[in-house]
Formats: sequence, C-alpha cells, structure tokens
Amino acid sequence: MTQWRNSAERYGLVAIVLHWLVALTVFGLFGLGLWMVDLDYYDAWYRRGPALHKSVGLTLFAVLLLRVGWRRWSPPPLPPSTHTALERRAARVAHLLLYLLLFALACSGYLISTADGRPIPVFGLFEVPALPALVEDQEDVAGAIHEWLAWSLVALVAVHALAALKHHFIDRDATLRRMLGVARNPSRSSTEENRP
Amino acid sequence: MKIRNLFSAIALGLTVAAAPATAADYIIDKEGQHAFVNFKISHLGYSWLYGTFRDFDGRFSFDATRPEVSSVRVTIRTASVDSNHAERDKHLRGSDFLNTGKHPEASFVSTGVTSTGEGSFDISGNLTLNGVTRPVTIAAKLLGEGADPWGGYRAGFEGSTRIALKDFAIAKDLGPASQEVELILSVEGVRQ
Repeated sequence: MTQWRNSAERYGLVAIVLHWLVALTVFGLFGLGLWMVDLDYYDAWYRRGPALHKSVGLTLFAVLLLRVGWRRWSPPPLPPSTHTALERRAARVAHLLLYLLLFALACSGYLISTADGRPIPVFGLFEVPALPALVEDQEDVAGAIHEWLAWSLVALVAVHALAALKHHFIDRDATLRRMLGVARNPSRSSTEENRP
Repeated sequence: MKIRNLFSAIALGLTVAAAPATAADYIIDKEGQHAFVNFKISHLGYSWLYGTFRDFDGRFSFDATRPEVSSVRVTIRTASVDSNHAERDKHLRGSDFLNTGKHPEASFVSTGVTSTGEGSFDISGNLTLNGVTRPVTIAAKLLGEGADPWGGYRAGFEGSTRIALKDFAIAKDLGPASQEVELILSVEGVRQ
C-alpha cells in the first residue's frame, strides 16, 4: 500500500509525514514561544528556550520549502467528490493561507533576532546570517507581527482541524483518513476510479 | 530703621528676581551629538551592562559664579533605549521594564542646585520614568566651558544618580545584584 508520491485520490507517504511533522512542530513552537517569553531571568531555560525556538523555527522553514517543492513535483490528490463546491473553495483558500502564515511567521521571527545584524545560530551547528535592517525598530515591529501571526495561524489551524473532524464524523467521508494514510476507499464516489 | 529694612528687602528681592537672568541658557548639543544619557546596571553581580537613550532633548542654565541659580531640564524618548542588542532592547521597551508604549517619555526637571565644591554640584529634581515621578539628586561636575572653534560658547557637565528599579515600578526582578541602575548624564550645552 505504501506509495511515496501523491496520486489523484491518495496522499503519499512523503506528504503525510511532512503534514504531521509540520503540525507537531508548529504546536511545539507555539507553546514554547508563549512559555519562553514569560520565563524568569534566572530560569535555566531563559536562554535555552529562545535558542531552541529559533533553531527549530529555521529548520521548519527549510522543511516548508521542501514541502512546497514536493507539492509542486507531486500535486496533492483531488478533493473527494463528496466535497461541495463551497467546501473546495474554502479548503483551497485555507490551505493557501496556512502556507502563507507559516512562511510569514518564519520571516517575522527571523527579522526579530537579526534586527541588529546578529546571525541566528541553528542548534549550534551553523549560523543563518542577518539581512540589513528593513524598518526602524525592526525588533519591535517584527515581534508584534510575529505574535499576531502566531495567534492567527493557531486559529486557522483550529478551523482546519474542525473542518477535518466535520468531514470525518458528520459527512463520514475520507478527508481525514486520507491524511492519516488509512483511507482504503478514499471517498465513496471515487470508488469507480479506484477499481482495478 | 524701617525704611532701611524695606530697602534691603527690595534689594534682596531684586537680586533674587534678577538672578535667573544672569545665568546663561544652554541647549544640550543633540545636533552635534555631544551629549549622552547612559545607564549601567550590574549583570548578575559579575559585570556592568551599559546602555544609552539615543533620543532626548534638554536645556540648562548655568552661572559658574552662582551655581544655585542654575537649572536643568531633560526629556528622553524611552523607546530609543539601546543596549547594543536588539532582542534585549525589545525586552527593555516592553512591559517588564520601561513600558515605552504607555510611557513614551521620561524626564528630569531640576528643583534646586547646591554647590558641593569647586565645579561640583548636587542637582535636586524630579525624575519621571515609567510613569512614576520621584525626587532624585544628581551629583554633577562641570567638565569645562569656553569658546568653541566655530564662534559659539559651550559648557559640559557629567552627573549621575542611582535609582532602584522597584521605585519606578519596573516589574522585572533581575536579582539581588541588579536592584539599582546608575543613570549617567554626560552633556555639552551650546550657549544661546
């Protein structure tokens, strides 16, 4: 059953793994970000927390590039035919927004830490250099945007997850199972295509 | 007797009234950037952390022969805090420290100057920082005064005072060695 690439009706392993990897990382970064900004100065994590957040965040950026590249090379399956036209449209907009928010988050985060020309160390292995400052008080502007984007992303992720649950429990279609890689008959009405 | 008293009273009144006019007015040289509002605070008790406020304005009046008629007023844009580390500066501007969104300006306005020796003074005044106004005393020294090469006249001072972060409602506790910060004003004024 294992297929790496996406087909017209199924997600392949690469897309599935990337999807859940990004999802877990985003939740981890969100929690870590909220927690670390309120740490006491004498907390052992006062320095470790932000360093980890930045390292993971920049790695996620690279993974996102990979994901978008993969998506272009191996396009996702068509929406299940049980989806209405409105649902397809909403899903397309939501998915596009999720990607945009993720990239904007990575960029705004990068612009906080590099505002004074300091590079960002990634897990102590290498450094991502800074760009020349773009705006006055860049660390404040980028910081406010970063926080705002983070909450927007989490809100949109909640909608995304609720929509998936709605398809699973109310519409009883294959939307969620496809992304879990357990959809044996991807959607009721595409069974014709699925026949050998 | 009565009349003599009256005359001396008038004479005294005139001297007091006339006194501020004899002190020369100076504008702190921000244009040429010969003025600094710096601070230093202990880091963990192991070293000094220095920072500066890049944007401020101020003026003073000063008379070397009568320092007690001198006065000074400085206004600082708190968001211009700069400790040579963007992430820390962002933190300093936030609610843990200076609340620069809510309190964009800090100021020092003198209320009295007393001479404490040759070219040294205690400047009493009100410091407003983070929305809190408290009296402080700046120990100041005249560094030098005289004609500049461009046809003007300048006088320079340096003064410092120590304040407790808690006194100015600064929320963050940086530990036992860092309860107080030293403010250092090092300014050159151009006589008007």
